[in-house]
Amino acid sequence: MAEPLIPDTMTALPRDESGQTFAEPWQAQVFALTVRLSQAGYFTWTEWVDYFSAAVAADKDRAQADHGAAYFLQWLAALERIVDAKGLASTQELLERKAAWKDAAHNTPFGEPIELRRVSAQG
Amino acid sequence: MAHRHTAPPSDTALRVKALESLLVEKGLVDPKALDEVIDTYENKVGPRNGAKVVARAWVNPDYKARLLDDGTAAIAELGFSGVQGEDMVVIENKPKVHNLLVCTLCSCYPWPTLGLPPVWYKAAPYRARAVSDPRGVLKEFGVTLADDVEVRVWDSTAELRYMVLPERPGGTDGMSEAELAALVTRDAMIGTAKVAAP
Repeated sequence: MAEPLIPDTMTALPRDESGQTFAEPWQAQVFALTVRLSQAGYFTWTEWVDYFSAAVAADKDRAQADHGAAYFLQWLAALERIVDAKGLASTQELLERKAAWKDAAHNTPFGEPIELRRVSAQG
Repeated sequence: MAHRHTAPPSDTALRVKALESLLVEKGLVDPKALDEVIDTYENKVGPRNGAKVVARAWVNPDYKARLLDDGTAAIAELGFSGVQGEDMVVIENKPKVHNLLVCTLCSCYPWPTLGLPPVWYKAAPYRARAVSDPRGVLKEFGVTLADDVEVRVWDSTAELRYMVLPERPGGTDGMSEAELAALVTRDAMIGTAKVAAP
């Protein structure tokens, strides 16, 4: 049995009446990526839960502050780790790709879709 | 500034875009399949599946026996099964036993029957307090149990998902299976509510 993460003096439990699951589109995307990779056999769901529960445990403080956003941030951190560990996409590749997207966003005129081919114009 | 740029995406959104674009580019995931997963979990799976299972068990004693004996197989009879092939165990509420589900590690949940977990189920306070103070948690959800009712807490894992078979409320004799299913709430199948009489 796991140790309780917080003392009993906790205030009222968060409730949701709407049943809303994904607050932002990126949350649905990380969820779907994980399910598909597992279905395709790149890792088992048990392996995934090991990574995810480790990310949750490593992030206790934020989990208490803002549980809704924390959950999928922990999910994202775990997914980045498991794709690196399984050789699907390395941490280095992810960092480079993220920088490329940032650059593309910066070079995209207002109102147009951001695409990777919009590389920096300088030089 | 010479011209306006599109508002920069958040750091988080960039990380997700990096993951998705790399994995798609490498042929590890199909973008269409991603949309299907999201659509399935947002629109097709959900607590209604679980409610149908509960209603069938209420009207059909043979089905109920199979459900309690082998939840995975009995739930599959109605066409519901998990994407991860997880085993489902159904536990029955009785007059003197109330069952409550939690995942202390993260948020393991009976997806095939209940869809995606609600916000509070994933939150640290629920994960901790469902174990340390289940009666207090139930009270906050509006469920007050007599002192002689035993509370059993079930901690889900990656391989094993629990679902509560709630008690059939009084005043429902003669109701059809579909009418009964309409009474069953998600929370009743997690154990944080009872099924109210119509």
